[in-house]
Amino acid sequence: MHASVRPAVSVNIPPTGTNTAARESAAALSMRMTVSKVNFFYGSKQTLFDISLGIATNKVTALIGPSGCGKSTLLRTLNRMHETVRGARLEGEILLDGKNILGLDVTALRRRVGMVFQRPNPFPKSIFDNVAYGPRINGSKEPIGESVEKSLRRAALWDEVKDHLHKSAYELSGGQQQRLCIARALAVDPEVLLLDEPCSALDPISTAKIEELLVQLKDFCTIVTVTHNMQQAARVSDFTAFLLIGQLIEFSPTPQLFTTPADPRTEAYITGRFG
Amino acid sequence: MATTTTIVPSGGPVAGSRSFLSRLRDGDEIARLITFLFAASVVLITALLVYELWQGSALPRHQFGLNFFRTSVWDPVFDQFGALPFIYGTLVTSAVALLIAVPLGIGAAIFLAELAPLRLSDTLEFFIDLLAAVPSVIYGLLGIFIVVPLMRNGIQPQLKQYLGFLPLFKGPAYGLGFLTAGVVLAIMIIPYIISVSREILLSVPRDQREAALALGSTRWESTWKVVVPFARTGIIGSVFLALARALGETMAVTMVIGNTPVISPSLLSPGDSIASVIASQFKEATGELYTQSLIELGLVLFLLTFILNGLARLMIVITSQRGSGTGLA
Repeated sequence: MHASVRPAVSVNIPPTGTNTAARESAAALSMRMTVSKVNFFYGSKQTLFDISLGIATNKVTALIGPSGCGKSTLLRTLNRMHETVRGARLEGEILLDGKNILGLDVTALRRRVGMVFQRPNPFPKSIFDNVAYGPRINGSKEPIGESVEKSLRRAALWDEVKDHLHKSAYELSGGQQQRLCIARALAVDPEVLLLDEPCSALDPISTAKIEELLVQLKDFCTIVTVTHNMQQAARVSDFTAFLLIGQLIEFSPTPQLFTTPADPRTEAYITGRFG
Repeated sequence: MATTTTIVPSGGPVAGSRSFLSRLRDGDEIARLITFLFAASVVLITALLVYELWQGSALPRHQFGLNFFRTSVWDPVFDQFGALPFIYGTLVTSAVALLIAVPLGIGAAIFLAELAPLRLSDTLEFFIDLLAAVPSVIYGLLGIFIVVPLMRNGIQPQLKQYLGFLPLFKGPAYGLGFLTAGVVLAIMIIPYIISVSREILLSVPRDQREAALALGSTRWESTWKVVVPFARTGIIGSVFLALARALGETMAVTMVIGNTPVISPSLLSPGDSIASVIASQFKEATGELYTQSLIELGLVLFLLTFILNGLARLMIVITSQRGSGTGLA
């Protein structure tokens, strides 16, 4: 069916890069996730066209592009959050450690592929209970207190909240709330962490903290972040994918994409001619 | 919820330099005045109500004092009036009604808001709103013709047989009584609980659900551990709205409660409630003391509702400050 609605411009992109340099650097990496030939539909409207890319282990991959390009949609397919929307349909294959995620139990998948959303969305519970939510529902073997502390430390929030863990999460600032949401996601020890424009609701200082955090988090997990902020993508990511109207235009190591883009449309976007 | 910002209304007291008349010519000031009067009328009506009930019950208040609340003899022939059986009946029937209606109502609301397909949910909501609008005398008829026979011939004998060792289910099965009144009340208040709770659950932000799902919750875990706790305050509100209706319900209760001022631990026993006795005896009440005693019962019902609503407010304040139990799994 999707053959008939194929984009006029066909971009043939191998899963891991557009040119030899990218392919070589990617070859040295192992791929945590592989997206191949993904088409996505809301009802009869197609929003992603034949997307293929690889997500390198313990690296930050950024998805950039103008509003409505499908970057958030692509991100949400990676832990099957798209299934919460009526009428959403996915074609193609997404592998996590070589296994198709569509064949996995969805709750098990989401424990392995965590997610942080655009607006901080802590539960109306204490700071402690927010982070403890995941370990509790998953029956973690580690003592809850320890895994809460570990996650808050990893999210660089521990020092700010350690003396009032039982205060409501709503008493934190927006930036702290977002780091709490990151800690909450980290508490289930995900292999991959997806972030959907995690800084778009935050002030510049909080944004800087989160960006710094993303780079540190590479040690623990693989990160995929969506951003409309190109400087942010340039600062934090190792690989960048540029999407336009549901198509993957270019996917390269970040320095290369920003300095010597292969596609004129990428160049137009990063030089600010549209978007 | 996170932060409260104080919004200073513009054109309020700041505009005091201009004369009142010139301000009155502005639409703003007129709107302010009129809406203020409307709002003030609420307080006025409440005050008038209390004043009337207080004045109208002067005689029994002086004659019985606090004994009015402590004695259980209601004997118009010998001019003895004690409110205890009616207070007891009101509280017991409302408690039975809540025990039945709260789990059923909240369960149904969760189904409609979280699990049912949207079209089914909207269709059912239409019927639920319809049920909430049915006049209570109709529920009374339903009680007399269906619930009472069912209680007398089916449910009450069974309760006596299997749970008869409890003082709650002793005595003859008349059909009429506390239990039947409670069941009819439950049927009446369930639509309120469902309707309000469903709206509250539907208004829980989508990002709360998504946060729970993204952590690997099943759909039920996200509903039960995140969505319902988020909506807790509103759900408690719906329960107290239902309780207010149960406490004051007159017609349906008076038709099935048995109209006997008795305090009995048995739910099978006939009894009476405050609203019910006022409705059934006021017209026949002869003598000033009898009439005024019924008015004092009205005052008691008002106070009872007032106290329970106050407790509800308190409960909402406490639970929302605590922000869900710390340390509870």
